[in-house]
Amino acid sequence: MSQPLLHATGIFRSFGGIQAVAGVDVAIAPGEFLSIIGPNGAGKTTLFNLLSGHDVPGSGQISFDGKTITGWAPERIASLGIARTFQHGRVFGNLSVRDNILVGAHHRLRAAKPHLPGLGALAELLIALIRPASVAREEQALAAEVAEIATLFGDRLTPRLDQPAFSLSYANRRRVEIARALALHPRLLLLDEPTAGMNESETAEMTTIIGGLKAQGHTILLIEHKLDLVMRLSDRVIAMDDGRIIAEGPPEAVRQDPAVIEAYLGHSHIGRAVETVT
Amino acid sequence: MGSWLDYTINGLIIGNIYALVAVGLALIFGVSHLINFAHGSVYAVGAYVGWACFTYLNLPLPLTALVVIMVCGGLGVLIERLGLRPLAGAPRIAPLLATIGISLVIDQVLQILFTPDPRALPSPLPEWRITIGSGTIGALDVLIAATGLVSAVVLYGFLRFTRLGWAVRATAQDRDAARQVGVDTDAVNRAVFAIASALGGLSGLLVGMYFNHIDPAMSFQATLKGVVAQVIGGMGNVPGAVAGSLLLGLTESWGVALFGSSYRNLFSFVLLLLILVLRPNGLFASARTTPPEPMTGTFIAPSRVVRVPPWAVGLAVAAAICVPLIPAIPYVLQVLTNAWLMAMLAISLTLVAGTLGQVSLGHAALLLLGAYASALLTLDSGWPVWLSVPTAGVLTAVIGTALVAPAFRLRSHYVSIATLGIGEIVSLVILNWESLTRGPMGVTNIPPLAIGGLELDSPQASYWSSLAVLIVLAGLQLRLLRSHLGRTFRAIRDDDVAARAYGVSLDRYKGIGFAFAGFGAGMSGAIAAHLYSYINNETFTSTVSITALTMVILGGMGNVLGGILGAVALTALPELFRGTAEYRMLIYGVVLLLLIRFRPQGVLGTV
Repeated sequence: MSQPLLHATGIFRSFGGIQAVAGVDVAIAPGEFLSIIGPNGAGKTTLFNLLSGHDVPGSGQISFDGKTITGWAPERIASLGIARTFQHGRVFGNLSVRDNILVGAHHRLRAAKPHLPGLGALAELLIALIRPASVAREEQALAAEVAEIATLFGDRLTPRLDQPAFSLSYANRRRVEIARALALHPRLLLLDEPTAGMNESETAEMTTIIGGLKAQGHTILLIEHKLDLVMRLSDRVIAMDDGRIIAEGPPEAVRQDPAVIEAYLGHSHIGRAVETVT
Repeated sequence: MGSWLDYTINGLIIGNIYALVAVGLALIFGVSHLINFAHGSVYAVGAYVGWACFTYLNLPLPLTALVVIMVCGGLGVLIERLGLRPLAGAPRIAPLLATIGISLVIDQVLQILFTPDPRALPSPLPEWRITIGSGTIGALDVLIAATGLVSAVVLYGFLRFTRLGWAVRATAQDRDAARQVGVDTDAVNRAVFAIASALGGLSGLLVGMYFNHIDPAMSFQATLKGVVAQVIGGMGNVPGAVAGSLLLGLTESWGVALFGSSYRNLFSFVLLLLILVLRPNGLFASARTTPPEPMTGTFIAPSRVVRVPPWAVGLAVAAAICVPLIPAIPYVLQVLTNAWLMAMLAISLTLVAGTLGQVSLGHAALLLLGAYASALLTLDSGWPVWLSVPTAGVLTAVIGTALVAPAFRLRSHYVSIATLGIGEIVSLVILNWESLTRGPMGVTNIPPLAIGGLELDSPQASYWSSLAVLIVLAGLQLRLLRSHLGRTFRAIRDDDVAARAYGVSLDRYKGIGFAFAGFGAGMSGAIAAHLYSYINNETFTSTVSITALTMVILGGMGNVLGGILGAVALTALPELFRGTAEYRMLIYGVVLLLLIRFRPQGVLGTV
């Protein structure tokens, strides 16, 4: 593997007495599509929270593009170019679809958010009140970009750009989340069950969209239960159970792995009896 | 000065009194996650019912206590029915605001029935005292301590050994699970409110007897102390509330011993802030942090904004400008000038509470800061008024933001408690920093508004200058809302976790929001100081903060025009019905209750 874009080693995180993540190593190369599968409670989302800075590992190290980012605040990690979506969808309910996506571009604001040590916040306030031409141009350019990102989802979002997010269907809120993540211009995209709660045709549509992102060269780390989608898109798959990695490799190999089958079918004696020889 | 033992015993007795209030609050918070701001009112009702029993019925103390328990228990059931149950699905802050409304109503009813003047509530207990060390303990001290102990034991037994007690504990741990196994959670809430309120009323009676003094203002003080004690012990933690109360009593008592009695409350609020910042889950909570809630729990009702056409706004502004031209009585101009000043406060509050989602209960402190800054700049440093007013705005922005910054990491109702505490601290520091602020005497002879040599002290000039500043501030705020800051603030309000995931630093944007809001509110306070010519630390009290919040909710959270509309409506309407002045807070309370229940998005809609 070439120099990994994101590299997490020896990650532990426990809640009370429960080891949610117990010694996980993950590395993802630029342009790679890596999926994490595993039964509910395997620690996948906890791992995501650790990678995106929403939670701090008990021990272990995370580095991104050579920088150690362990313990960084989420906003700082986001500004490096790591965008994430949330398992249950966390759009800003009272914001329009357009504003939701624009928040994704927050860390790319330049004219509106000058880099002045110490007085940056004051300058930001004054510039917002004065609204010089450079800021107006920047907002215009971003609005155009939002419209373009929205077209990625066919006519699902474009006609609804001015509607508040709370009025959207569940599937459309998930689309807004992905659009918002793309507006960040992510160098790494963390997608947490992007098709959760979607029906078959919506899942197929989302699969096409994520496939398109892969084709554009995005580096993607995906958590997903729908194995079809995982098998179709992944370069590599990691299977987790009980906070540990139980299998890792090309999609087909992981799918056939006895430990993975056992994890999915439950830890039953019957399952173990069938696989005794391994 | 007495010995330390005296102060310690006194601290423990006061702490014991606080405990009776705090335990009730903790019980209620435990089962319903509600900070019951009406609890102090129940406590005041207890004191007054006791006074009535002694005065009119000549009842002996045990019977009086029984009546107090019955009346206050019933009142508690009523509060649960009106304030909590109808708001079951609403955001957490909604029932909190409802209890504020209920408390305004109860307090005002007490004032109307018993007048705002203090009354004596003599203790019918025998006058013997035992000497301990250099101090003495009387019968009442023993009774208070015994009441605290007995109610703690009875409560413990109830929670531990009765079926209803089990139901209460189950509901406190997991309301949904309790309901699924057949616990009638409404009945549990009712029982808890009844018990807590009975305790609260009883402690009101005892405190009244202890100080031989009752007045309607004791209500808010009791709520504050109870909340502080509860935060120290951990919200919803009953033994923690007792320990927190004793600690609070001791801290205050020792603080008084060291610095004098005007420092009593300052100590409690500084302790409150320290706990909130350092150990937000209380002294006795385990170190494990609670998982973040999916929503910040702000009071935002999904709604569509009522679009006010620009010509209508223009027309309203033109009409407002023309009012002084018609030969109106100066009184009308004065009322409207006050409305414009309140409107500046309201749009300032609507920015932080509505747009940014940080429901502040101490916003009046910004008025105080602005008023004192401008008054002292003109009087002590000889600044011209036209310069001191905007400078006061800037100073308020800086000081206000610095004071509230430690609370930036808090969420939902903790923000409200912290801002409430900060507001009280500002007022108390002004009271005690005599070398700068002239202390309890207040600042007199503040010069009137003036630009250069032109004095603006006619009612017309005051009116126009206030209106002009309001229009400028409102225009700036609308501009701000249309910029990237508007959507960033609202993103933080809707979901601060997701906002951070997209690079939004909460500290930075909360700071910007509070600074802008502080500037506007500071200007309002400064202008008011020059109009009134006299201010003291009680010119703007927490009542003003609550009034402003009612205006903001009336207009629609985050809505600039709504805030102005709410301010005009709630300032001018009570004046229209002359003679209703004493009902003003009652009206505010009822308006607040009705809004939260029936139109949480306000008149013009949440932005």
